[in-house]
Amino acid sequence: MGFDQYHEPPDELPTDTRTFARLCASLTEEAEAIGWYQQRLAVEPDPEARAIMLDAQGEEFKHFSMDLEFLLRRTPTWRAIAEGIIFQPGDIVENGEEAEAEVGEGEPGADGPQRDASGSLGIGSLRGSAR
Amino acid sequence: MNHLLRPLAPVSDSGWKLLDDEATERLTAALAARKLVEFSGPHGWEHSATNLGRASALASAPCEGIVATQRRVLPLAELRAGFKVSLSELRDHDRGAVDVDLADLDDAAHRIARAENIAVFHGWEDAGVAGIAEASPHRTVSLGENTDAFPRPVAAAVELLLRAGIAGPYALALGREEYTRVVETAEHGGYPLWEHLRRIIEGPIVWAPGVRGAIVLSLRGGDFLYESGQDLSIGYESHDSEFVHLYLEESFSFLVATPEAAVALNA
Repeated sequence: MGFDQYHEPPDELPTDTRTFARLCASLTEEAEAIGWYQQRLAVEPDPEARAIMLDAQGEEFKHFSMDLEFLLRRTPTWRAIAEGIIFQPGDIVENGEEAEAEVGEGEPGADGPQRDASGSLGIGSLRGSAR
Repeated sequence: MNHLLRPLAPVSDSGWKLLDDEATERLTAALAARKLVEFSGPHGWEHSATNLGRASALASAPCEGIVATQRRVLPLAELRAGFKVSLSELRDHDRGAVDVDLADLDDAAHRIARAENIAVFHGWEDAGVAGIAEASPHRTVSLGENTDAFPRPVAAAVELLLRAGIAGPYALALGREEYTRVVETAEHGGYPLWEHLRRIIEGPIVWAPGVRGAIVLSLRGGDFLYESGQDLSIGYESHDSEFVHLYLEESFSFLVATPEAAVALNA
């Protein structure tokens, strides 16, 4: 198998960044699957087949949401912006601009995956990091 | 604001990033136990106990005809290491200085990492934590004086684990002195001792400040369980005109599920 989720040499990446990248890749795959099921459902007339596809798409909704929650927990800046957009009424683009402005001048994601929402250093498990 | 009270500290965002990054770097190097045992959590500051799945009979019940038992749990313990940072140093950092003096933070990071290692590898009686080395039922293997000969006791430890049905790969946690001796030693013929030991254990060799001697343990999983409440964090204590007083803190418990999965080696 390949290691396409990494854009830098995996050996040089810290463990938590590799985990973060894996979950980003997983999030992408779940979003793609949701889109594929949506297309299949749009053209499939058989009710039994549609029921199976709907059930499968529900699984992808769950997987996508779990991936997203993990990534947001590990990235406070991302979480802070997301809280201003997700599940908020009103204009999505305006909410996005306001959320970004409220987070401040820090670059989105600058705090990286090593900081979690609890304020801890986010060190966690180091298994696999020793040689 | 949570219990760490970080917003109350006179530290800029850039200063906090400097402190967090420095602490993470120092801690990651020295947190040997986390490189080898299974980690659960973090479950949060409010998480207070680990479920042991066991219950003890109670001598009495609220009324007759009732059997009463009480669940047993392992309370999480807290470790805290205080340190101070000069406010003028932090101001210089905000100006772009790259040689900020964080020696006290570095010392605290090493201290708390060492404490965690000791609790996991050798136990912490007051906190009810049994360490890996102390829990092991195997005989303690002597490392001996001759560093060149380390492969023999390490192989003997692996053999003890195999005989007990404990599968590999295995890891070797070395105390500071033993680690230095291994790194600087080439065996007869120039073959690095490090590589020889790695071939025997088929796993990593870890610098483990706080470990007395060395420990060989299985990495197959399910044997050693570290449960994190609040993972290592920097919190705010107080400040005056010269220093901000901060601390590194964590809460955790540790359980040895399979005592047979490790062998201690004496220095």
